[in-house]
Amino acid sequence: MTAVAIQGVWKFYGDYPALKDISLSVNPGSCLALIGRNGAGKTTLLRILAGLSKTAKGSITILGQDARDENTRRRIGVLGHGIGVYEELSAFENLRLFAKLYGIADPQKIASEWLERTGLERVRDGLVREFSRGMRQRLAVARTFLHNPSVLLLDEPFTALDDRAIAVLQDLLKTALAEGRTIIMSTHQLREALELATGVALINRGKLAFTGPRTREMLEDPAWLYRNYGEA
Amino acid sequence: MNFLRQSLAIAGKDLRSELRSKETVNASLSFALVILLLFSFAFDPGSEQVHEIAGGLLWLVFAFAGTLILNRSFARELVNDCLDALISSPASGAQLFFGKCLANYVLLVVVESACLPVFVIFYNSHWPRQWLLLFLVMLLGTWGITVIGTLFSAMTVNLRLRELMLPTLIYPMLIPALMGAIRLSTLILAGEPIGADDQIWFRLLVAFDIIFTILTLALVEIVLVG
Amino acid sequence: MRLKIILTLSVVCGLILAWNLHTMFMKVPDEANQGAIFRIFYFHFPAAITSFAGFYLGMFAGVGYLITKNLKLDSIAASINEVSLAFATIALVTGSIWGRVIWGIWWTWDARITSYFVCWLLYVGYLMMRRAIDDPTTRARLCAVLSIFAAIDIVIVWKSIEWWRTQHPGPVLEIRGGGGMAAGMEAPLWWNFLAMLLLFTVLILIRMRQESMRREIDSLRRYAHAF
Repeated sequence: MTAVAIQGVWKFYGDYPALKDISLSVNPGSCLALIGRNGAGKTTLLRILAGLSKTAKGSITILGQDARDENTRRRIGVLGHGIGVYEELSAFENLRLFAKLYGIADPQKIASEWLERTGLERVRDGLVREFSRGMRQRLAVARTFLHNPSVLLLDEPFTALDDRAIAVLQDLLKTALAEGRTIIMSTHQLREALELATGVALINRGKLAFTGPRTREMLEDPAWLYRNYGEA
Repeated sequence: MNFLRQSLAIAGKDLRSELRSKETVNASLSFALVILLLFSFAFDPGSEQVHEIAGGLLWLVFAFAGTLILNRSFARELVNDCLDALISSPASGAQLFFGKCLANYVLLVVVESACLPVFVIFYNSHWPRQWLLLFLVMLLGTWGITVIGTLFSAMTVNLRLRELMLPTLIYPMLIPALMGAIRLSTLILAGEPIGADDQIWFRLLVAFDIIFTILTLALVEIVLVG
Repeated sequence: MRLKIILTLSVVCGLILAWNLHTMFMKVPDEANQGAIFRIFYFHFPAAITSFAGFYLGMFAGVGYLITKNLKLDSIAASINEVSLAFATIALVTGSIWGRVIWGIWWTWDARITSYFVCWLLYVGYLMMRRAIDDPTTRARLCAVLSIFAAIDIVIVWKSIEWWRTQHPGPVLEIRGGGGMAAGMEAPLWWNFLAMLLLFTVLILIRMRQESMRREIDSLRRYAHAF
């Protein structure tokens, strides 16, 4: 069974097609890097997968179910452009809130556990608005992972991260892959992403221009893809 | 039960962050005081006339002060794209919305309960004998303001001129609820009994609340996701 | 093709209007109690009814959009609601002029006028909302929801304001058996109703053309930005 199956997906903003007939399938335990220029449609596709937006045509199946299904949402972790944590709440309260929303049996315990894993236990009761940028990002990573998601959807996860957060995230992603979870991430940072990725999909102006496994030459020369498939 | 648990988590979150900053409640209360002050120049505060328009004054204050709270409700979710994080969680649009409604409701009722004694003092009314009934009217009227206000807060949150759009859209829509609440409050504040003719306003308030609670819960998923 | 229909309809509409004006001012005598001003009713009544029906049509188009996600239905909804708002404005203004002559006041807060005014405000809100949203898909969705709320709210507003106060002259047409309107005076009313309906349709068709062009321009602009 494929973990994520995207079939003939179209998305319009008015008459303008932001996604044109995208079909992709991602196997469990693999990591797909979505690449493409700004405005190519990467974020739009990820938002649809995350259930934040709807397709005009086509179907999306995640773990055998519709993307907006409650059970699907329980099993995906989403990290978007914004970090998705509240400034007026403490680190612990933020994680506890999301643990509750995800229906986790013991929200307190899970929240503490993830504070520890992301190295935030010292500032457990500190308000997020007093946090440094790196701390916020680690908290956001904890929020994304705390319900043990089978599919991870990450939009530009490495952008604006500090070294420590990148290390934490890469570590978590490697573990996640080893545990058989599926990752889809959009990215500009080709080097960081390609290192993890098992597959690559290039979107150019809403169209899928290339899809295939990640190869050695991509890793050695990340611009290779753009040179060959980047322009229409 | 499950429906409520996630809603309560969201309501709790909103109330907790409001309790911490108290920004919205403070702003709303000060605004209410300013309006109460301005009213004193609009007519003679000592005259008998006040009794005839007491309910109207009270609900204008509630409606104006309430908009400040409602405006903030979804705007609060924009920071760090928290709204996206909530929508992509397993909580449904209706649960999320209901949670936000509950929090707004509590805040509105708190502000209103603080305004009421001030109103009575400022305008030399007597503390109404049927104050429990007045409280009931307050609860019913405020729920109508809350459900419509919260939904429109969600609809206007990404718009230009959000702060201006919300009141312009919701006040006309709230007119039936406000009328009922104004009529009943005027009677109660004047110490008059509510006759058979005026019972209809209770029914109107209840019907308004029920209709729009159902309608908002049914349409909120379309508003939030599409 | 579309243009030809619009042209034909406008010509027909113009002819009927001209004929109606001729009848109204040259043939129909002044009304016994109201004098010359009663003629404004020939415009007031059709405008009010058409706008009102239009708001509900607009809501159905909006619901249709939510079901099918076809932006054409959103253009229809937008056009209908906008033109209906224009007609509602005509009804309010003509009513106000009539009130000045007959009652001696420009405005009175009687039940029907107040309800009508609330309705007008709700759809002014609808237009404001359309202006404020850039993405056509989001705009279509949120405006459809707004028009559902407005259409349901109008009913409650209408009923409750009726309880609140009543002063408007009784519905003229219902008492026509009792001699509310003489037969010779009534025929032009229906002819003018027809003319107003045609005008309504023509305006909506023109407005829809504009909407679809606007969507095209919008998408071209997006294409241009995508490079």
